Amino acid sequence: MEQPLELESDDDLTDSEESVYSGLEDSGSDSTNSSAAEEEEEEEDEGEQEEPSNGAAPKVKGAPRKSKALGADPPLKDSEGLSVPDEYEEDIRNTVGNIPMEWYQDFPHIGYDLEGKRIYKPIRNKDELDKFLEKMENPDYWRTVQDKMTGADIKLTDEQVDLVHRLQKGQFGDVHFNPYEPAIDFFTHEVMIHPVTNRPADKRSFIPSLIEKEKVSKLVHAIKMGWIKPRKPKEDTPTYYDLWAHEDPNSILGRHKMHVPAPKMKLPGHEESYNPPPEYLLSEEEKLAWEQQEPAERRLNFVPQQYRCLRAVPGYPRFIHERFERCLDLYLCPRQRKMRVNVDPEDLIPKLPKPRDLQPFPTTQALVYRGHSSLVRCLSVSPSGQWLASGSDDGTVRFWEVCTARCMKTLPVGGVVKSIAWNPNPTICLVAVCVEQSVLLVNPCLGDKLLYGATDQVLESYVPPEEERVQPVQWVTATSEEHSRGIRLTVQHSKALKQVTWHGKGDYFATVVADNSNMQVLIHQTSKRWSQNPFRKSKGLVQCVLFHPIRPYFFVATQRYVRVYNLLKQELTKKLMANCKWVSSMAIHPAGDNVICGSYDSKLAWFDLDLSTRPYQLLRHHRKALRSVAFHKHYPLFASGSDDGTVIVCHGMVYNDLLQNPLLVPVKVLKGHTLTMDLGVLDVVFHPTQPWVFSSGADGTVRLYT
Amino acid sequence: MGGLEKKKYQRGSATNYITRNKARKKLQLSLPDFRRLCILKGIYPHEPRHKKKVNKGSTAARTFYLLKDIKFLLHEPIVNKFREYKIFVRKLRKAYGKSEWGTAERLKDNKPTYKLDHIVKERYPTFVDALRDLDDALSMCFLFSTFPRTGKCHVQTIQLCRRLAVEFLNYVIASRSLRKVFLSIKGIYYQAEVLGQPITWITPYTFAHDHPTDVDYRVMATFTEFYTTLLGFVNFRLYHSLNLHYPPKIDGQAEVEVKPAEGKEYAMDSESYLEKLSALSASLARVVAPTQEDDVEMDEFPVEGETAEQMDARRKEQEALEKHKKLFEGLRFFLNREVPREPLAFVIRCFGGQVSWDKSLCIGATYDVSDPSITHQIVDRPRVEQQVVGRYYLQPQWVFDSVNAKLCLPVADYFPGVLLPPHLSPFVTEQEGDYIPPEKLKLLAMQRGEDPGEETEEEEEEEEEEEEDDNDKDEEEEEEDESEKEEEIKLKKMEEQKAQSNKALPVKVTAGKVRLEDKQRLEQEQQSEEKRLAIMMMKKREKYLYKKIMFGKKRKIREANKLAAKRKAHDTALKEEKKKTKKARRA
Repeated sequence: MEQPLELESDDDLTDSEESVYSGLEDSGSDSTNSSAAEEEEEEEDEGEQEEPSNGAAPKVKGAPRKSKALGADPPLKDSEGLSVPDEYEEDIRNTVGNIPMEWYQDFPHIGYDLEGKRIYKPIRNKDELDKFLEKMENPDYWRTVQDKMTGADIKLTDEQVDLVHRLQKGQFGDVHFNPYEPAIDFFTHEVMIHPVTNRPADKRSFIPSLIEKEKVSKLVHAIKMGWIKPRKPKEDTPTYYDLWAHEDPNSILGRHKMHVPAPKMKLPGHEESYNPPPEYLLSEEEKLAWEQQEPAERRLNFVPQQYRCLRAVPGYPRFIHERFERCLDLYLCPRQRKMRVNVDPEDLIPKLPKPRDLQPFPTTQALVYRGHSSLVRCLSVSPSGQWLASGSDDGTVRFWEVCTARCMKTLPVGGVVKSIAWNPNPTICLVAVCVEQSVLLVNPCLGDKLLYGATDQVLESYVPPEEERVQPVQWVTATSEEHSRGIRLTVQHSKALKQVTWHGKGDYFATVVADNSNMQVLIHQTSKRWSQNPFRKSKGLVQCVLFHPIRPYFFVATQRYVRVYNLLKQELTKKLMANCKWVSSMAIHPAGDNVICGSYDSKLAWFDLDLSTRPYQLLRHHRKALRSVAFHKHYPLFASGSDDGTVIVCHGMVYNDLLQNPLLVPVKVLKGHTLTMDLGVLDVVFHPTQPWVFSSGADGTVRLYT
Repeated sequence: MGGLEKKKYQRGSATNYITRNKARKKLQLSLPDFRRLCILKGIYPHEPRHKKKVNKGSTAARTFYLLKDIKFLLHEPIVNKFREYKIFVRKLRKAYGKSEWGTAERLKDNKPTYKLDHIVKERYPTFVDALRDLDDALSMCFLFSTFPRTGKCHVQTIQLCRRLAVEFLNYVIASRSLRKVFLSIKGIYYQAEVLGQPITWITPYTFAHDHPTDVDYRVMATFTEFYTTLLGFVNFRLYHSLNLHYPPKIDGQAEVEVKPAEGKEYAMDSESYLEKLSALSASLARVVAPTQEDDVEMDEFPVEGETAEQMDARRKEQEALEKHKKLFEGLRFFLNREVPREPLAFVIRCFGGQVSWDKSLCIGATYDVSDPSITHQIVDRPRVEQQVVGRYYLQPQWVFDSVNAKLCLPVADYFPGVLLPPHLSPFVTEQEGDYIPPEKLKLLAMQRGEDPGEETEEEEEEEEEEEEDDNDKDEEEEEEDESEKEEEIKLKKMEEQKAQSNKALPVKVTAGKVRLEDKQRLEQEQQSEEKRLAIMMMKKREKYLYKKIMFGKKRKIREANKLAAKRKAHDTALKEEKKKTKKARRA
């Protein structure tokens, strides 16, 4: 390991200190052979050599003498067992050369001098005892080492001992050597004005390169021969030519079939002018409204402005925006072909027969029956058409003469009259009135005396059966006081009543109880004073019931359905779906094949029973909830009264021919009732013979339209 | 039963459309590249008729492209160029990163470029198709040509746009195809008729733009890239249709005139040529020198099924058009330095007028202010100090209004400092029931050959004079003058009322009034009721449509009424003001 280091140090000409150090080592190796006797000489040598070494750094490598001279204390190294054979070293006293000393181990001498005489080793005849004695006596024993080269004992000087100590500690041999000198970087990033090396420039840097010359000559030759052409200058300006020279008008690309050309931008109107007519300028309020609108909602995307002259017109700040938006529209906006509806609105109106051709129907308000103090809930006309009965919230039933509007009779009943129905049998003069929980059968005692007398007789001829049957209601004969007022019978129910309706023959009548049980609908027979409950199960909240005018059918309207029962077979025949939320009223065409249903969601459904269970037509004429509907007995008319205060009379022609659908034409909107408490018309009834219609309203009046 | 199960969304409209993201993936392009490609190829999203079906049951908002369109894009050679360009950019970045300037230079020299010629041909198979779509191209080119030469976009693009725009203007001048001009607050609209196609474009007023930050200039630049190509080819074809040189050459004789005085170099040669062109004062050189006999009258062939009346009307229209083209023929204009030179020069030259301006204003001035042959001088200042006799001093609006009116309007309204009459849009064609401003009515009358304007003015003046006379007397009389009849009726009524009140006694027995049954009104009422009833019977959908149409109609009428009322209020206010000032002057 040390050899290369040493060589390096010798090579390095500039580093004098390194060489000094290596010299120390070298000298150590040769000192092993030197005898102790020559120690002084060595000392001298050292002294001699010191001068040149101080003066100039050793420059030439392989100078044995000098290096030896530098090695001031050769024995020291040996004592440590560090000695290494050194080829450069030569000792004058040692004549054997650089050979292993073991070869002379058994001889008394080492080598020969010039005359060929032996050079003797110093006499060593000490035994162990002597050695011990010497160790004990000689105070310098610890610093005495044997020189292997000469076999002499050498006593180390103080400096040498010191050096050994420092080497043991791993320190530098020279006391004055500073290992931490500031580093001087020769190849720094800083640009120096002088080169680090002072080498003269190479010759090749003066002479043109042959290789390059060859290359250039090749290129020149290629250019001469036209093999290499100079690069063409790039043309910036695009070249144009007649692109459409051979245009083929029929060459439509595949995608063009679906091509939707972009619509052109809207052309500007007067308001965009820099000097528009004054009416196009926005007033203050309009400007404010414009500012508050969303930019997408504005009809104009600018505020019209007026400038006195062209000079005063500024640049439009949103010009680039608008072009950009157009660009976005062109490539981002999904396109679709939209068919513009180019219809004359008049064509949309259906061609209906003129109402004039559909006469007669009520057209004007003829009479107003005043007298009730509260809203009139229900109406009924006598079969003869002479009398009109009306029930009101003020707790009275009034009987009017139709033609004169005179109130013939007022019957206080002590409760809200929910429903009233005149017996349809012309030979019986009887009115059923729903008051709270009971139905009053009233003989109004109007008209022909024989007639109402006969009615009383019929009622009185009742003979109670032998065994009392259990009935859901109680039939009570009127007291004399009640009798005098006209009340003949009272049918007491357990719950409040909603509606009463007569069968066409005039013997049976049905009532609807406001209840949720199966006892909602009851059918009563007047002549036998007997009631029955036709349904075993409740099918929903019953709104109203009706008897079929001809056949034994019974119509029950719940909120959304109308059920038709066959009374003879006692089964469900049909279930009509009204397509509305809440049925309010129902009426049956006198022929019995058509039914209309009014509903609270302002619809009127016309059912053709032969056609389907769904409405044949759904009429949305009214703006508010329908309260009642009615058919005329003879004329093809039906009417509907609604909360919006109008009665709409429609022509509803039903043909005998089954192939022809009914013709429904609205013919008249009758107005007259004033709205009170958000209620308008509550009941509508047709006159039995004339094309007249009665309506009762929330304003407490009954009106007749003829 | 049997057969394969039909899966949902595997046939029908769902397969005809493709979402944008899927299209992009199919083309293997980045979003900006896809956008570029769509812009260049004119591919746009389609709105499917049943969006939910196409969207596979989802109602999320998506844009859909036609699958055919995207397949068509797959074969586009430009897509490869895009990829090459991407690679080029990557290489260049690498070279810069390694500081290999030589490589970078070499790469730059071999920068991949593409041409859009085939796309133009593909998008517009016929020349007329291209003309139809020229509006946006022109507007964009005119906008870009006003951009500053720094930032925003390449200088070459701006120069090219300017060149193409000027070429187009020169063509319009040469072909005299300008029809309408409109000074709006946004810019100046022009409409030219080229080969029977109306082409409308807008140019901004020449002010510096304050460039908005929320505008993507890359999109606009892509559009411009295509538009310049299109416009170049269109210009080429248009110039050749007129036998003009392309690139345009200034007529030899005019060139001499335009040439600046020797020794004073105006600008670089290439630039100065464009400048000269853009001065719009010189006519262009033709490939074949025009001869007088060139204007051979076209033989007229009667079109079948055309009556004599129609033919007559057509001929009249043709004549009117010819007259319109020569509107300013023989007039010599001079533009003051405060008026916008380019639009005015363009418009005047389009209608055959001669135009010049101050030499220091722009190159190409042909005559001086002091030229005695000048007939009209366009000024835009409140008053002119030294007026030369023999020429009209007019505000620029006169030129534009005259062009739109197709006749030289009376000059009195347009003198400097005078309150100008409103400038109306020539693009509005009023239909039945629309509001027509009174100025337009006057103009229409003037076009018909009547001369209502002056009459009314005279009348007004007379009236005013009368009013002035009357003012001394009583104001009531004045009213009487205005509406004598009304007054009479009023008086009669008053008398009647007086008579009635005289008769009034505590017990009133008024004779039943004979109600005159207005039969017409009754009938009308009946009809309207019938209509109302019929509307009630309409089907739901039809009723909705009907109501919508009626709503639109009513709104239109309402707006027209509003405008009319506003105008009336304005006029009365103006009149009163006038009166007041007059009184004040008198007092």
